[in-house]
Amino acid sequence: MEAGSGDILLEVEKLAIRFRTHGGESAAVSDVSFCLKRGETLAMVGESGSGKSVTSLALMRLLPKAPLCTVSGSVRLRGKDGGMLDVLSLPESRMRAVRGDNVSMVFQEPMTSLNPVQTIGAQITETIRLHRPMGRRAADEEAVRLLDLVGIPAARQRLTAYPHQLSGGMRQRAMIAMALSCEPSVLIADEPTTALDVTIQAQILDLLRRLQEQTGMAVIFITHNLGVVAEIADRVMVMYAGRVVEQADVVPLFRQPLMPYTQGLLRSVPRLDLAGRRTGALSAIRGNVPDPRRPPPGCAFHPRCDFFVGGRCDVQAPALDVTSDDRQVRCLRWSEIAA
Amino acid sequence: MSAILEVENLRKWFPVGGGLFGRGQKQVKALDGVSFTVKPGEILSVVGESGSGKTTLGRTVLRLAEPTGGAIRFEGQDITTLSRRALRPLRRRMQLVFQDPFASLNPRMSVERIVAAPLIIQGGISRAGRQERVAEMLQLVGLQPHHAERHPHELSGGQRQRVGIARALIMNPSFLVADEPVSALDVSIQAQVVNLLLELKERLGLTILFIAHDLAVVGHISDRIAVMYLGRVVELAEAGTLFRDPRHPYTEALFSAAPIPDPTLRRERVILQGDIPSPIDPPSGCAFRTRCRHALPACAAAVPPLREVGPGHFSACIRDDITLQASVSTP
Repeated sequence: MEAGSGDILLEVEKLAIRFRTHGGESAAVSDVSFCLKRGETLAMVGESGSGKSVTSLALMRLLPKAPLCTVSGSVRLRGKDGGMLDVLSLPESRMRAVRGDNVSMVFQEPMTSLNPVQTIGAQITETIRLHRPMGRRAADEEAVRLLDLVGIPAARQRLTAYPHQLSGGMRQRAMIAMALSCEPSVLIADEPTTALDVTIQAQILDLLRRLQEQTGMAVIFITHNLGVVAEIADRVMVMYAGRVVEQADVVPLFRQPLMPYTQGLLRSVPRLDLAGRRTGALSAIRGNVPDPRRPPPGCAFHPRCDFFVGGRCDVQAPALDVTSDDRQVRCLRWSEIAA
Repeated sequence: MSAILEVENLRKWFPVGGGLFGRGQKQVKALDGVSFTVKPGEILSVVGESGSGKTTLGRTVLRLAEPTGGAIRFEGQDITTLSRRALRPLRRRMQLVFQDPFASLNPRMSVERIVAAPLIIQGGISRAGRQERVAEMLQLVGLQPHHAERHPHELSGGQRQRVGIARALIMNPSFLVADEPVSALDVSIQAQVVNLLLELKERLGLTILFIAHDLAVVGHISDRIAVMYLGRVVELAEAGTLFRDPRHPYTEALFSAAPIPDPTLRRERVILQGDIPSPIDPPSGCAFRTRCRHALPACAAAVPPLREVGPGHFSACIRDDITLQASVSTP
């Protein structure tokens, strides 16, 4: 599908997020830009503290208010009327409708994000009735339809079930049903399968793919599991210490990663096809994930990088370069390394 | 070579519910007739979904949970019913590395005290001797001597897991149970800890029971793999065999669900329906039959025994007539 400009659902430009802490100001995220087209899945990959969850919360405007946290840059989201909404400057009352209507979120741990003392049905119908003019009875019917859609068996009986009566996989399905209740055009899924078994993870990934085909919604999938990325993503954005360090379509990214961090990540995953051959040590990235409050100077990855050059990488902060085949990479030496 | 650990028909049941005096009480059969042996110097992995009993297995073979029945023999000695006092000298030889390095280290203690704790408990060593041993251990797991004075909150996740490993190794154990030792760590750190475990195994001649759910890590680290489902071992074989020639439909499904980091690879997925059933009321016969695409009426009749289906390859499935899909092709 060739994408026209009307197919762009979300445009993020120069997003920066700063927190005020006891130790002074710290930049959690800086210079994050990307756009998302209809039906597309963008995987946001990174380790703890890389800024992927904070970025997604900023898109939902769910971060604490200034002066604790300041968000700058621009986030533009396509509204249901086709126009673009400026998310960062919308009044809170308007934003409340945008959450759910235009963009929704599914979190990692469904047990902590569902209300334990309310039935599944009550929680779903609450969302529906907040956003759509619907009576109780009609909302119940809609909830049954949604639970059915996400593959929960005996959906009608589940309306009166409490979250603890469902298994982890079923709870995550209920969360997805809730997120889909107002047919958002963008769904943000923050590690939605990390707490689940691989068998259940496969079911949930399958479900998301099917729903995406049916509705054309775009998905931002936050994960650290490269296997899951390979499975679902169209495009991948790799984050490190609050910055985008590489962005590319999924196949080129896995085939020829440009940024040394991405290369290291891909190499450190054991390959299933060599299982049982004990092929020697895994190639690990040395050192530790940097403390987001004290990022190293220059390129934040330089203390762990095999291509580090003193006086250059630890001094000059690399800009995000755009390659001839429209990939993005943040490394001073990427073209030397690729050659 | 004789086995370092032999587990025979091990059972661990937890009572649930019921009224006063246990009337109407039911049993969760977390382990229900598990038998296997671990050879000296090997890494045997235990995989399965949550609720399959793998963590209970690790705790029970170390006698951290009391077995309900069956036998555990460690280095030839039956330890199933040994008293705490009689177990103490054996504890030096068998140690545990925990999953969560954030929860398993006492935040008020320095790294030195954490690592030295087993020495203090076992006694008979001077303060200077203790410090020397701790320094030796820290070096062994790739930490610096100055880390001894640090507290857990000053360390990263990977460093904390190294502390947990140093603590487990300070008594020179021969056998280690590692319960999901890398799953709480960042991807780039996981490989470091996996490499460390393999290196230590070689250097110290360790035997490891490795409990995990990440099949890529398991495939890399294991000599043999046991697949558990609802408290039983359903298949056990050498690691490569299990990936290339699975004989139990559950192994096929579990391994085919593992995502492979290669976007050009499109596999035929075996997607399991539903969840693992409740261990309070497991299905009759083969417990997996409710989710199995190869199930026959006969599967409900009796629990299929673990049979040898190839050299060193055991499977508990009555369907010898089916061909299952390998999760990887031979490179």
